[in-house]
Amino acid sequence: MVLKVFFPSCCSSADSGILIGRWISEQSSAVVLAVVHFPFIPVQVKQYLGELQRMTQVTLSVLGSWSNSKHEKEEGLSEFLEDLGTIFSHEPWIQISKEGDSKFWSCSTLQKHSNNPKEEEVILVYYDQRKVMLSCLHPPLDTADGRAEDASKLSAIFDTVARSRVLFMTDRYDEGPIKLTHWQSDGVEASIIVELLKQASVPACMLLAFLLSLVSGICRSRVLKFWPLSFLWSKLSTCEQLGHRLQHLQVISSNRKAQTQTQLMRKANIFVSLLIDVALGILLMSWLYRKNRIGHLADTLIPVADHVAEKLQDLLQWLMGAPAGLKMNRALDEVLGRFFLYHIHLWISYIHLMSPFIEMILWYVGLSACLGLTVALCILSDIIALLTFHIYCFYVYGARLYCLKIYGLSSLWRLFRGKKWNVLRQRVDSCSYDLDQLFIGTLLFTILLFLLPTTALYYLVFTLLRLLVVIVQGLIHLLVDLIDSLPLYSLILRLCRSYRLAAGVKFRVLEQQDGKPLRLLMQINPLSYGAVVQTYRLPTYSCYPKDSWASLCKKLFLGELIYPWKHKGEKQD
Amino acid sequence: MAAERRFRAACGAPLALRCRQHSASCRELALRGPRLQLRSLSAATSAVWLAAYGLFALSENSMVLSAAIFITLIGLIIYLHFVKIDQESLLVIGSLGIQVTSSYASGKESTTFIEMGQVKDVVINEAIHMQKVIYYLCILLQDPEDPQGISEVVPLFQSSKPRLDCLIEVYKSCQEILEQRKTAPQSS
Repeated sequence: MVLKVFFPSCCSSADSGILIGRWISEQSSAVVLAVVHFPFIPVQVKQYLGELQRMTQVTLSVLGSWSNSKHEKEEGLSEFLEDLGTIFSHEPWIQISKEGDSKFWSCSTLQKHSNNPKEEEVILVYYDQRKVMLSCLHPPLDTADGRAEDASKLSAIFDTVARSRVLFMTDRYDEGPIKLTHWQSDGVEASIIVELLKQASVPACMLLAFLLSLVSGICRSRVLKFWPLSFLWSKLSTCEQLGHRLQHLQVISSNRKAQTQTQLMRKANIFVSLLIDVALGILLMSWLYRKNRIGHLADTLIPVADHVAEKLQDLLQWLMGAPAGLKMNRALDEVLGRFFLYHIHLWISYIHLMSPFIEMILWYVGLSACLGLTVALCILSDIIALLTFHIYCFYVYGARLYCLKIYGLSSLWRLFRGKKWNVLRQRVDSCSYDLDQLFIGTLLFTILLFLLPTTALYYLVFTLLRLLVVIVQGLIHLLVDLIDSLPLYSLILRLCRSYRLAAGVKFRVLEQQDGKPLRLLMQINPLSYGAVVQTYRLPTYSCYPKDSWASLCKKLFLGELIYPWKHKGEKQD
Repeated sequence: MAAERRFRAACGAPLALRCRQHSASCRELALRGPRLQLRSLSAATSAVWLAAYGLFALSENSMVLSAAIFITLIGLIIYLHFVKIDQESLLVIGSLGIQVTSSYASGKESTTFIEMGQVKDVVINEAIHMQKVIYYLCILLQDPEDPQGISEVVPLFQSSKPRLDCLIEVYKSCQEILEQRKTAPQSS
């Protein structure tokens, strides 16, 4: 098999020494992690490798020798390096040598126990050690033992480099028997800000957890669980959003460190999402309260409600006349029209009753926008629901009436044909009726049939209005869902440090020279933005359409009440 | 060594296939389609701007003109960056894998690397595309559970769609390298 040597590009200019790394025999690849320089004592090197192996669980060994002759080729050195092969017995012993500043290195292998006399081909693959160490291959292998036998070749290489982090902690300024060259050998990097944040985060998390436990204790108290209040909380979307955010805060403030990459990313995403949400909410609040815009809003609310009620009254007057040229049943028309008009009259009086308090209520409710933009949007959706409550009531009245009529009609139609619905067998059976039953049934059927257009028209008009309100509320909730579930931290990471999220690798063929091994450069192929969003999407209590279009149309036709948005965790009715 | 040969696409456009052998087990096959012509670009731009001028003459609203310029620019950028594929190449490295690259006219390159362990075979397949039957080259991926099964089919050269003679050349090159992995001696 072709021998593949993964060489870190940072060691290209290192002094001569021996190569340490991991040998993956089933793929015939050698992953070089560092170069150990002369002088060293072989026993100490073996001890050091043994210690590292215990700490990192990666089988490290001395893979071969590396000679970088800056001036003329030294003959003695090459023999010395070959002899090293006998001290550190490793099959095969890889010898890489570089002359001067030449890009083309020669690489040969020494096999003592091979039965294949042919010189096997060598491929030299350069890789950026720091990027490969920090990167995470997707889809991630979340195995607890970390030793998946059927792991792909690339994940084995990424795994090796990532788990050897301890090896990269010693730099050339450390006093020790071993002198290494790797990506951090010029000095271990660390950031003061990151360290300070890490130290500060522990007490901050504890404080946050304490506050959250207080708040959730209050929320769970029995006072708030009485029937009218609990019904109200379940209907208001604001409470659901607040509960969702509370859950998020609990995830962030937990003491347990994130074990896997996915958990870490989830915590980071929730944190950034909360931050942006609160920032946008405070921005909105500052905009609303500047120049007393919220006062103006409250002032325009009553006239708008009045205007809507007036328009509804005009609509009902139109329906009571001859709407679109259709001829209505005068008596039923008057009854229904007056019924709905009286409701509107009640609604307008109620609004006028509330009008002095509206400004104050709105002012205090607007303050809660500082909890986040999503909360503000949910409050808006709830206000719309409250203001259009009369439309909802009309829709329910119209739908119930229409539903009753349809059921009555279908049952009497069956009677007209001499059939009956068998409840036991759930099917239509023939039935012999008495003459007076047939007479009354047919009479009622005729009455209901001729009254159908009037009821159907009222039902149609109010269903359309209700659907309009539902669509507006649905759009607001879609926006809230988008803000809730977008993984902003992952997207920013993909933008700025794209090597952290790797979908795979890509190889570039470098300049070749005949007789020398094939040179390739391995670069990280970052994940596409769509894949990032899909992998790291935050779960929400999302609302999505409960029924398909066909069943929705059927429900509308039969007059059943529709609740188009289903929330996760709601019981199916 | 590099050799360039001319072929035709399924629709008749001229293509150029360049085959480079980097080493005994590494080959690169690049298929270049026709570049964006200045003629068609100017024709499209003039058509849009004439239409916009006509609308401006009708409506006396200068926003139409600025909107037309904006749309032309955005449309051109989107076309060059997301739609127009200049070159599709296949890099076969025996014992490592197969890499498929598409380079767009704006310089963007989208790459996919498939490891050799996942590749079952490279074959030429037939497909019904619109009203024609065309040949296309595809990589068959191994199903990890079933050794005889195929989990996925990855079609190659989808935007250039070369004809059968070009596909046969590419197929032969790939198979020479894929055969090496079967005849490779098992080392310890």
